Amino acid sequence: MERYFLIASTFCFLVAVVHTVIELRTGMFRPKRFNFLAIGLGFLFQTAFLWIRGHELGRCPITNLFEVFVFLAWSVALVYLLVGPAYRLSLMGGFTAPLVLLLQGFALIAPLDTPHSVTVRANSWLEFHASLSLVAYGVFALACIAGVMYLLQERQLKTHQLHSIFYHLPPLTNLFAAITRLLWWGFALYTVGIVSGFFTGHPLPRIQVIAAVALWLLYAAILQARHLKWLAPKRVAALCIIGFSAALVLLWGITFTAELHHLP
Amino acid sequence: MNLFCIGLSHHTANVATREQFAGNATAESIARDAGCAEALLLTTCNRVEVYGVSNKGVSTDEIARCLISDANRNPDSDAPVLYRYEDNKCVQHLFRVASGLDSMVVGESEIFGQAKKAYESARTSGAVGPYLHRLFQRAFRVAKQVRTHTDIARGAVSVGSVAVELAQRIFGKLSKCKVLVLGAGETSERTTRALVSRGVRDLRVSNRSLDRARELAQAVGGRAVPFEDWAAQCREIDILLTSTASEAPLLTSEILAPMLWQRLDRSLFIIDIAVPRDVDPSVNELEGVYLYDIDSIRSVAEQSLELRRQQVAAAEAIIADHVTEFIDSISRGLNRASQTPEQSSLGENPLRASEL
Repeated sequence: MERYFLIASTFCFLVAVVHTVIELRTGMFRPKRFNFLAIGLGFLFQTAFLWIRGHELGRCPITNLFEVFVFLAWSVALVYLLVGPAYRLSLMGGFTAPLVLLLQGFALIAPLDTPHSVTVRANSWLEFHASLSLVAYGVFALACIAGVMYLLQERQLKTHQLHSIFYHLPPLTNLFAAITRLLWWGFALYTVGIVSGFFTGHPLPRIQVIAAVALWLLYAAILQARHLKWLAPKRVAALCIIGFSAALVLLWGITFTAELHHLP
Repeated sequence: MNLFCIGLSHHTANVATREQFAGNATAESIARDAGCAEALLLTTCNRVEVYGVSNKGVSTDEIARCLISDANRNPDSDAPVLYRYEDNKCVQHLFRVASGLDSMVVGESEIFGQAKKAYESARTSGAVGPYLHRLFQRAFRVAKQVRTHTDIARGAVSVGSVAVELAQRIFGKLSKCKVLVLGAGETSERTTRALVSRGVRDLRVSNRSLDRARELAQAVGGRAVPFEDWAAQCREIDILLTSTASEAPLLTSEILAPMLWQRLDRSLFIIDIAVPRDVDPSVNELEGVYLYDIDSIRSVAEQSLELRRQQVAAAEAIIADHVTEFIDSISRGLNRASQTPEQSSLGENPLRASEL
């Protein structure tokens, strides 16, 4: 039953993607509410899915890779809905929808939704740690999206080849300001997420801890370099993409090792 | 009731011919002399057009005689340059004109203001009645819709506007940008004014002649910088606009690169409109530097025009919908007026009943 909500949600994101592509191709794109509403509706369906699944499991629904991917997609949509209107970045929704579609589509198609034989009882610290870390990943995903937009715009300016999308993307300065703010938010949430992991009462696999701290150090280094003005905005944007790619690999690894160790 | 448009434009006549028709005629005089119920005269540097509504047939020659400034000239010899559109063709033509589709620079917005001004002038003089009122109000609505729903007005097509557009795509609001103008020529003055009009406040002007620098600085509300100090400004500024008469490049990667280390987190936009160029092309390879010389600015303008041309079909589709809708609504009005004679007696013009 809850799977239908997920399919409906994926359809909403697909509509947002198709709508953006068509409008950009015909040159009729205007920063209207359509994408925001489509993503908002998709988010509601995602929430309904997670709520039903959570009730069935009696816990936060992040027990297997399928649920983790859906929860991550939910986080990305949530962060977009929170920061999108505030940052007023044209086309951000148009870039967010494909990522969510990709994450959710992959979760739906790949055989990831296997029942997880959890042997350790979940506690509130563990759930807080896992869910907050995933929300932090959602913020890093938005920073990655802003990074992609920055590089796309920068490339056009550098090569003097201005395509139709050039006139719809936000200015470089605004994108860089958004990247910086998103990195700080993501880093703060991730820090709290990691620290809360030490209060779970369960010994976490060493490899998980090392990988999570490595990712934390990577983002700390990016922010430090940004703060000290050691890095040009273009490199910060590129590092946001690298950082989120690393986060995705790490997420896969953590979920995989958790399943091996029968952790929630 | 016949609606028509008679005129000439850059498509059909050169400027010398257009000048002959842009005489002293007014909408009021045309309505009176040609015997039109309503008339409106649209005169711009690229077109002279008369929009009229008449119960009787008004010939192109009659309108030409009303327009032509030289009384001794035979208007028949100019007849081929004049075009004539009637009824739905006339409606379509006006919608295209107001939307900038018929302009020399496709999508330009100046024509919209000129059409509004022409309408206001004709309305004030009493030459515009309900038909032209309704037609022009619809034309303004269509023009706005075309601009809002297509990219027809996107992109800049002149040096000044390209510079401003690019600067805005890099920095967003220009009010906090620091601009150095190197060389105080006419083009740089125009471009500087375009930047000032978009909010630039911190302006520095440097020129070999300090007096000329002071003169321009005063004109645009900036401050003059001695020519020997201009390079050091590159540590602070966001936009460099250069147009000196130097034979060799003034700014090279070797000069700029060490300064960029001190401003790694900020972009530098360089507009080099000098020929020969003031800035070595290799500067564009430096990180965070966006160099546009006169050729690349022209290329951007060309791309913008191409982008606008690609939008013409979408704009034409919007216009076609409005033409059909407008003609239908007018026909419905005429039918209603003919079915209720007591209503048509409200005015001389049967259309008037439907407009009231």
